Amino acid sequence: MKLKLTSVALSALIAASPAMADLVFPDLSYRTGPYAAGGIPFSDGYNDYFTLVNERDGGIGGVKARVIECETGYNTEKGVECYESTKGEGALIYQPLSTGITYQLIPKVTADGIPLHTMGYGRTSAANGRVFSNVFNYPANYWDGASGVINHLLEENAGDLNGKKIALVYHNSAYGKEPIRTLEELGKKHGFELSLLPVDHPGQEQKSQWLQIRRDRPDYVVMWGWGVMNQVAIQEAANIRFPMENFIGVWWSGSDHDVIPAGAKADGYKAVTFHNVGDDFPVFDDMRKYVVDKGLAAGAGDQVGKVAYNRGMYAAMLAVEAAKTAQEIHGTAEIDASMMRDGMEALSITAEKMDALGMANFGPAFNVSCENHGGPGLVGVTQWDADTQTWSLISGFNPTDREVIGTLVAEDSASYAAENNIEERCN
Amino acid sequence: MFYREAGDFKLSYVEDSQTFPIKFDRYRYYAVLAVAFGVVPFLVNDYWVNAILLPFLIYAIAAIGLNILVGYCGQVSLGTGGFMAVGAYACYKLMTAFPEVSMFIHVLLAGGITGLVCVLFGLPSLRIKGFYLAVATLAAQFFLVWLFNRVPWFYNYSASGQINAPERDVFGIIITGPNAPAWATYMFCLIFLTFCAIMARNLTRGTQGRTWMAIRDMDIAAEIIGVNPLKAKMTAFAVSGFFVGISGALFFSVYLGAVEVGEAFGINKSFLVLFMVIIGGLGSIFGSFAGAAFLVLLPVILKVVGVDWLGWPTDIVAHFQLVIVGALIITFLILEPHGLAQLWRVAKEKLRLWPFPH
Repeated sequence: MKLKLTSVALSALIAASPAMADLVFPDLSYRTGPYAAGGIPFSDGYNDYFTLVNERDGGIGGVKARVIECETGYNTEKGVECYESTKGEGALIYQPLSTGITYQLIPKVTADGIPLHTMGYGRTSAANGRVFSNVFNYPANYWDGASGVINHLLEENAGDLNGKKIALVYHNSAYGKEPIRTLEELGKKHGFELSLLPVDHPGQEQKSQWLQIRRDRPDYVVMWGWGVMNQVAIQEAANIRFPMENFIGVWWSGSDHDVIPAGAKADGYKAVTFHNVGDDFPVFDDMRKYVVDKGLAAGAGDQVGKVAYNRGMYAAMLAVEAAKTAQEIHGTAEIDASMMRDGMEALSITAEKMDALGMANFGPAFNVSCENHGGPGLVGVTQWDADTQTWSLISGFNPTDREVIGTLVAEDSASYAAENNIEERCN
Repeated sequence: MFYREAGDFKLSYVEDSQTFPIKFDRYRYYAVLAVAFGVVPFLVNDYWVNAILLPFLIYAIAAIGLNILVGYCGQVSLGTGGFMAVGAYACYKLMTAFPEVSMFIHVLLAGGITGLVCVLFGLPSLRIKGFYLAVATLAAQFFLVWLFNRVPWFYNYSASGQINAPERDVFGIIITGPNAPAWATYMFCLIFLTFCAIMARNLTRGTQGRTWMAIRDMDIAAEIIGVNPLKAKMTAFAVSGFFVGISGALFFSVYLGAVEVGEAFGINKSFLVLFMVIIGGLGSIFGSFAGAAFLVLLPVILKVVGVDWLGWPTDIVAHFQLVIVGALIITFLILEPHGLAQLWRVAKEKLRLWPFPH
């Protein structure tokens, strides 16, 4: 017994002490709870890409990447616990996939000097690198998403939304409230009428919201949902026979698991996106060859090519590229968190780079700079085809209304800077 | 052998009526205080404080508050999460409106405001009892969360509806915000917990506590012997609200730093604190500590054992956690319905006779 205890303690010690020369990428994932439907594929994609890089390329610049997974359950308290327990391991970057946890971590990572990448979520005004030194949300943020939705509707209506009624069904949390300000501004600009329909956590109860939609008959419904809320909303929309092509979600409401439960009725549902969909890219051949077929895939290994999986993989790819950039800048393969931050700030994604990675046209080409942590904000639209069970891109990646968004970003980040006595950088 | 009165002579009434009349018990109490104040602050790091100690200290305060209401006065409340939210938002409004005032004062005032709100929602308790009161407090829970979501004034019109704790200090030592040192946040919460526990202990030992317990045991009988039910119930709500408000204020400002009302102070929080009180032991201050420690530590221990030692997938461990916590709660309620505090009491009785039981 004693021997057993000692061996357990010893193995725990070995497991706990960071093996040198590892690049640590914590994965604050959630595979349980009402948001697991989105959390599982994202985390699988995130993990698998690092496994791919380790197996195929022998790591990043010759150094192996190590992913530490920590279950948050989309809960902020557990998120804090995960952050504190992993940051001592030499964490290079955090990607919590939760706007609530992001708000907690923004001040913490800034104090600890660790970068935070909130790709397409989090605090939108973090795009302003002058104020947020350690937070990045390239290549697109919520307000780009909101503007992308409106741009798509403008296109459908020959540039005129005057007098149209648009309803926003949103998760009643920091996440769901983010686009309201932008949509209100855009409403003033384009003359459409916005009505707000909050749905409380976790989002299974939406009868009254959809009853109101049935009564008000808005021309379009926009959704800012996540987890189980998406499936319920799409089902409810089908129940009241709301035309699916007039129902458009943000990128977090546009995954395979969101539309499949509604069956054929979900046909035509749309969502905006900032990266490509499907598994028709050379990188997936590598993924199958080096990861899935070897039995190294994270989770059940059945998510490859799903929308949320692709997004997790894309997030990991951007992290790996930033790490490579950091290695180049600092001339060392064993980078730390502050070097990683420099790498992210100097990140440049070109079409050639994407091509070399087997991900040509998977995401936009962009540059990050000291001032701009938000990327170009190019947004495309995808549509669900229930017959073939596939999402397909129905537009190119188009620019959003940066005039409106830029003003709002400047306003919000200025108030954050004033609250926290932050001096502007990059001058 | 331990916990014996033999040879422990009392020479005055004050000595006789002190909190820990048995010498051994008293020294143990002093030793715990000495370690908590004198040793722990020098040993802790960020992980220990933020993942284990702060939640324990803060939930212990909340559990003491709820224990006064449920355990001592017998008024079932499911509104703890909502009342913690009142404390948090009161603290936030005070912190942003009066940045130069010490955090001590903000937290105490937040507790006071919560006490008032709690009394307001406690008024129905004069007419309704038991399950019906539980439903009324449940309404308070949902109303308060809705209110803080709905009225932008409470979150200073921020775009996301989140509240963020700005950096504030006490005597020049930063207590809130990311730059606060771990020991300072620990000490700040520890001071509040000690203050609350001593106050609660003394309140419940005196007249006030006895009137509460009289109401709990049988309110009609209590009224006949001259206990004013209005006063007894309202004071219980007020004191309970004060403690719960303090815990809510600390939960937001010191522990999390940013909260979203529906997520941080939802109905789950009410149940969590209620479980702490039930598992710890109704009507016991020690039970509040034990219950908070149990429910804060258990998930962390299970995670360390499952993920870090055994290397199991995180989702399996998270699911097992639910199973194990649920099973333990049921086991406890069957084997020891009076909670951990009763186990402690029994252990003390046994230790007293040890090694020569009858």
